[in-house]
Amino acid sequence: MKKIDSTRRYEILRERMGNGDVDRRTFAGLLGAAGITAGVSGGIMTALAREARAAGTTLYFEGWGGVVSDALRKYAFDPYEAATGNKVVDSTFGGETEVMTKIKAAGNTEGHNILHSSGVNWYARWVDAGYGSELNEANIPNLANVMEAIIKPFRAITPDSLSAVPYDYGTTGIAYNTKYISKEEAESLGANLLLKKELKGKIGGWGDAANRVWYGALQSDQDPNNIQDWDAVWAKVREGRDLVLKYWSSGAELMDLLAKEEIYTTEAWSGRVAALQEQGHPIAYFDPKNGLAWMESMFVLKGSPMAEAEELLNFMLDPATSIAVAEGQKYPSSLDPNKVAMTDMIKALPAYDPTGKLENLVFRNPAIWNPLEKEYTKEWNRIAKGG
Amino acid sequence: MSGPDRAPDLRPWFLLAPALLSIIVLVVIPMSFILVYSFYENIDLAVDRAAFQFSNWQELFRDKYYHVAIWKTLRLSVIVTILAAVLGYVPAYFIAMTRFRHRWLLLLLLILPFWVSFIIRTLSWIHILGNQGALNGLFEWLGLTDAPLSMMYNETTVIIGFLHVFLPYMILNVYVSLDGIDDNLEPAARTLGATPWQAFREVTLPLSLPGLAAGCLLVFVLTGGSYVTPLILGGPNDYLFGNLIHDAVVSELNWPMGATLSFTLLVMLGLIVVIYSRFMGINQLAKAFR
Repeated sequence: MKKIDSTRRYEILRERMGNGDVDRRTFAGLLGAAGITAGVSGGIMTALAREARAAGTTLYFEGWGGVVSDALRKYAFDPYEAATGNKVVDSTFGGETEVMTKIKAAGNTEGHNILHSSGVNWYARWVDAGYGSELNEANIPNLANVMEAIIKPFRAITPDSLSAVPYDYGTTGIAYNTKYISKEEAESLGANLLLKKELKGKIGGWGDAANRVWYGALQSDQDPNNIQDWDAVWAKVREGRDLVLKYWSSGAELMDLLAKEEIYTTEAWSGRVAALQEQGHPIAYFDPKNGLAWMESMFVLKGSPMAEAEELLNFMLDPATSIAVAEGQKYPSSLDPNKVAMTDMIKALPAYDPTGKLENLVFRNPAIWNPLEKEYTKEWNRIAKGG
Repeated sequence: MSGPDRAPDLRPWFLLAPALLSIIVLVVIPMSFILVYSFYENIDLAVDRAAFQFSNWQELFRDKYYHVAIWKTLRLSVIVTILAAVLGYVPAYFIAMTRFRHRWLLLLLLILPFWVSFIIRTLSWIHILGNQGALNGLFEWLGLTDAPLSMMYNETTVIIGFLHVFLPYMILNVYVSLDGIDDNLEPAARTLGATPWQAFREVTLPLSLPGLAAGCLLVFVLTGGSYVTPLILGGPNDYLFGNLIHDAVVSELNWPMGATLSFTLLVMLGLIVVIYSRFMGINQLAKAFR
């Protein structure tokens, strides 16, 4: 069963209007109708949904929304539900801190089973906080097709058993509008494109602390995994802050800002830019030197129904499912291209590594970044507000 | 006259009991927990240690960062309240004084926006004021501009967002107050030689002040406690004290600091209500609903 809230419905409608699927008048009409319908029928539908869910084993999934969640629903969850009779209730988050806040507030993981978790650093954080499960890999035979290079960092944290399966990877590079910025200029400036004073008020940024620090390190010519001069990093972060129109906090917001030309350049998630390009927007993308790469996993929280969760993960790692999801969400699959043939579309995706070794991508080292996260998150939140 | 041995009348306490119980269970006890949590120590993201120490409070009192946020919150709340009072009085007056037979319809129109999610109502301004929004479309269609005007993600859009959401609270309060005024008072003033403006200024406006005051208090407190509107419609400079709480709790996973800031906001807004009551008389506000 698919669970989407009013805001998600609204995002879908906005995306459709942005794509030209519906005109502005229809959009406004549908929005009004949706509001009235939600107001009148919300209570009844909630009661009916609760009754329907009680019928079978239910897995609660939380992910990043937008095209990513759409692809997972269409190519993974719907077929899984049809094949097994189990239900997947999916919802979205803006970041994993939101989920951790909810779980901490509730005191248990009820209503939270599988997360589309970002980065090895978050894997370490969930495990350290005591929320890691122990997957029985014998129940996930398709794990054998996953790149050894992408599993390795997860095994380094939990050598005895995994709590998650790596599912996709991508980069946070730089997107720019080709109507206003040339390819030559963008690629010659690299990360410093985001500090170009002439673009003041037309620059965006991801309001994530680690990302801000990473780009501050690039802009101050430092290795982000070995920052020596933090003052130089913060100086660059402050410099960028004075030029930014808006720090976005979700993929939908990022796409909206770029598509509507509110901003001409920003850091961006590679898959979201690929989705914009597919819609015909004049947005180009490149990874600056030492641009941030990340791998995402399907993290199973402690206390989840393990047999059903492992069954779902195995289903999701089936080559046909994994490739369909990768094409839909525009992020390369974690499957090893030496073992599973990838489609041309996946081969053309940003960040795609044909070697299956991921040696050309630079990931955040959790051993370095996690101990500093409390400090740099606090500092960034202050700088974001002019502090 | 009551005799000296008459038993105290407990009926008011029985009548007040449900409200008092609700306030104790839903406000006093949770806020007590929050106060206790403010003395805890945050070790790492989402890792707290039970303690009785004052580092969070010391940080709050010493750090200018928090003081600036308090100033910005009070400033923006005053601006929104004044604008809401001015903009809200006119439709409230119109609804109260209209001879339109289906006045209920006007009131329904006022309440109708509450059926749509607050987030969606706030996001709708992106489609009105954005680069490809309705207003820029209109300007270009009229030939007033060649390129879209940048109108989004600044303090003005935040104020507009607040007014959109909170204006009905002001209008309803003023309307209830105006509706309770005796219909004969203004004509009486006119028969005694007052101009329409004088009759309004000397009779209607003073009698509607309790409603206006109640509306102002509501809008001020609601604005002061907000954080979503600046998050969606504001730029980096547009934030309120509530955004600092959001940062501490959700982004930094520092609940002790979040608890400190939350309790501070509660005390701050509570103090404003107390001061307001001291100068305006909280019993005056009740007149708005008579």
